Amino acid sequence: MLLGDEAIAQGAIDAGISGAYAYPGTPSTEIMEYIMNSNDAKDKHIRTGWSANEKTAMEAALGMSYAGKRVLVSMKHVGLNVAADAFINSAITGANGGLVILAADDPSMHSSQNEQDSRFYGRFAMIPILEPSSQQEAYDMMIYAFDISEKFEIPVLIRIATRLAHSRAGVEQHTSREQNEIRLPSEPKQFILLPANARRRYKLLLRNQAMFEEASEKSSFNVYFDGSDKSLGIITCGIAYNYLLENFPDRDIPNPILKIDQYPIPRNLVEKIYYSCDELLILEDGYPLVEELLKGFLATGKKIKGRLDGTLPRDGELTPNIVGKALGKEFEETRPIPEIVKGRPPQLCKGCPHIYTYEALNDSLLEYTRGRVFSDIGCYTLGALEPFEAINTCVDMGASITMAKGAADAGFTPAVSVIGDSTFTHSGMTGLLDAVNDNSSITVFILDNATTAMTGGQKSSAYGKIEDICMALGVGKDHIHVIDPLPKHHDVNMEIFKKEIAYEGVSVIIPRRECIQTVARRLKMAKKIKEVHATK
Amino acid sequence: MKRDIILSGVGGQGILSIANVIGLAAIEAGLHIKQAEVHGMSQRGGDVQSNLRISDREIASDLIPKGQCDMILSVEPMESLRYLPMLAPEGWLITNNKPFVNIPDYPEMEDVMKEIESIPNNIAIDADRLAKEMGSARSANMIVLGAASPYLGIEIKVLENAIKKLFKSKGENVINLNLKAFGMGKHIAEKKADETVSS
Ligand SMILES: Cc1ncc(C[n+]2csc(CCOP(=O)(O)OP(=O)(O)O)c2C)c(N)n1
Ligand code: SF4
Repeated sequence: MLLGDEAIAQGAIDAGISGAYAYPGTPSTEIMEYIMNSNDAKDKHIRTGWSANEKTAMEAALGMSYAGKRVLVSMKHVGLNVAADAFINSAITGANGGLVILAADDPSMHSSQNEQDSRFYGRFAMIPILEPSSQQEAYDMMIYAFDISEKFEIPVLIRIATRLAHSRAGVEQHTSREQNEIRLPSEPKQFILLPANARRRYKLLLRNQAMFEEASEKSSFNVYFDGSDKSLGIITCGIAYNYLLENFPDRDIPNPILKIDQYPIPRNLVEKIYYSCDELLILEDGYPLVEELLKGFLATGKKIKGRLDGTLPRDGELTPNIVGKALGKEFEETRPIPEIVKGRPPQLCKGCPHIYTYEALNDSLLEYTRGRVFSDIGCYTLGALEPFEAINTCVDMGASITMAKGAADAGFTPAVSVIGDSTFTHSGMTGLLDAVNDNSSITVFILDNATTAMTGGQKSSAYGKIEDICMALGVGKDHIHVIDPLPKHHDVNMEIFKKEIAYEGVSVIIPRRECIQTVARRLKMAKKIKEVHATK
Repeated sequence: MKRDIILSGVGGQGILSIANVIGLAAIEAGLHIKQAEVHGMSQRGGDVQSNLRISDREIASDLIPKGQCDMILSVEPMESLRYLPMLAPEGWLITNNKPFVNIPDYPEMEDVMKEIESIPNNIAIDADRLAKEMGSARSANMIVLGAASPYLGIEIKVLENAIKKLFKSKGENVINLNLKAFGMGKHIAEKKADETVSS
């Protein structure tokens, strides 16, 4: 029984990767965690570990591919925004050793800021995309993805969504491949994207589109099922296929179905279903990518139903019921949620070090007008909720420092940023450099809980380095303070907070105390180890 | 045979231990399984749920269709009600009735119980108290699972084996406590079934 994420990880190991790179992000985190904990991967000396951010992960992966080895890089969908520069350009350089990029989308935003659809990135880069519909397919596709990546010398994007990433099912393992030897690209200038080379490489990429499309036509992952009821043809992408099947317990679907799990979109197969049916229904999780393409701007062809015409909701993930309704099924009224049931939002853990920091921060800002706290993404984003209501923004990783800087530059001072340790080394450092270079009047709170807590407590790249980094970026030594976020130090802490918030320049305050979840986990591990030794 | 089950509770209450037992048992019984878990937020205290599907036929969707869920298995009473739109008309609602109060507007327990009892097939047990009396406060979830066991479509022996497997590394004592808790829950469910039949 493997999670979709784990099936991907095992598939990559079995496909013969030499390394995996990632930055944590729901719902992709378990991929790297699985490889890190896999004895199989250890025996094979597969490189694992968390990168500082998705861009550094993507670039390291590209380097491993350059050296001829197979490599997986995984991230959540918004991580691909961070890695986009390297990602798009990797389509121009092409791959040497098999290079697979996994992006995990989060339609319905279970734990994300948006529900962007990574298939658009794949199309933008003009590379093949695979979108598994089941855990088994996810495993199988990894092997196949590395095959086509090496055959076509191109990076391959795998797109999954939360429901596959975080659902378990039985998976059969069937491959175990040796790793590649180090072997440099046959074309020595392939990776030098000077305009002259880049133009040549781009033309090659354009020429290769036909080849990628042919692979889609022939792919065993793209399947045409004929049906007798030609009044409607159904195209499904990825897991949408499962929701269609779910509506037919005996699997007796009367309509022709085209199941698309590999892109570029297979033109011949699409033409076949288009011309043999009166109307089409497109079922895809995420944005209406296929639907929009088939419909066309002028929508002059046959009727295409989906998210754009209201047959399906425009946003949010698909479910069996939503798909059933689109097929005209009537559902009986179900019981409502009783009115007495109240919302139960996630909260900072009891004893979380962020709690004191927010209470003290609120206190120290009492003398100013509100709206000055620019925050970021992590457990500490919960400071937006009651009882703290301590922060005013949360946009993308790193934006706390730069947005505070922009507001300060506008004359809105003091401006305060609140950022986690992992987020700081992910994308905060460069913004701090901007602030130092401009001597912007901001106070940056780097909440150092010694881990990447939000995503489950992964190692933070910032560990043990924060003060040195701030100093090296040019923050004055006298304006860097490490404090212990506990009520018993309140008087000392308030003095520092107030002084630095009033200071006209860049200051950094580092409340340092470990996340209680990782402390608990450490103690549990220690106890276990002791027990093992005791029984020996 | 198919059972679509929603497991619910509050983050940190350990609903996945229940999912794991049912999952292991289903494998031993040769059934197909899909289990959509909750991951991500490490913080505690928010509502969590997991979709667990077992069937002797291949399962298509990772998500249970609305109104077709055979059982809501909850370790917190108010949370058991959050998923009522998913429950089939004849479905079971089985829950620990010990409230986990971490919000200011938690409803009156009396009202919560009224809603639970309005579901024709319901079992609400004070698993926390029973587990404590048994001397194993951490086994409350196994009592709840025990209460569900007559309706899971899996042999009791197979479920017990799964408990043994799951707690194997924790030693004989922990296994026995959990088996005892499981048995206690099962007994309560059976007693309730008898009462319903005779009244
Ligand atoms: C580009 C991007 N990558 C990853 C994530 C997922 N993510 C959200 S918060 C977070 C890390 C938070 O760690 P830290 O800053 O140390 O704060 P903590 O949760 O420990 O308080 C991650 C990885 C994201 N939202 N955006
Ligand atoms: S997981 Fe750690 S950082 Fe996050 S809320 Fe809990 S104690 Fe705080």
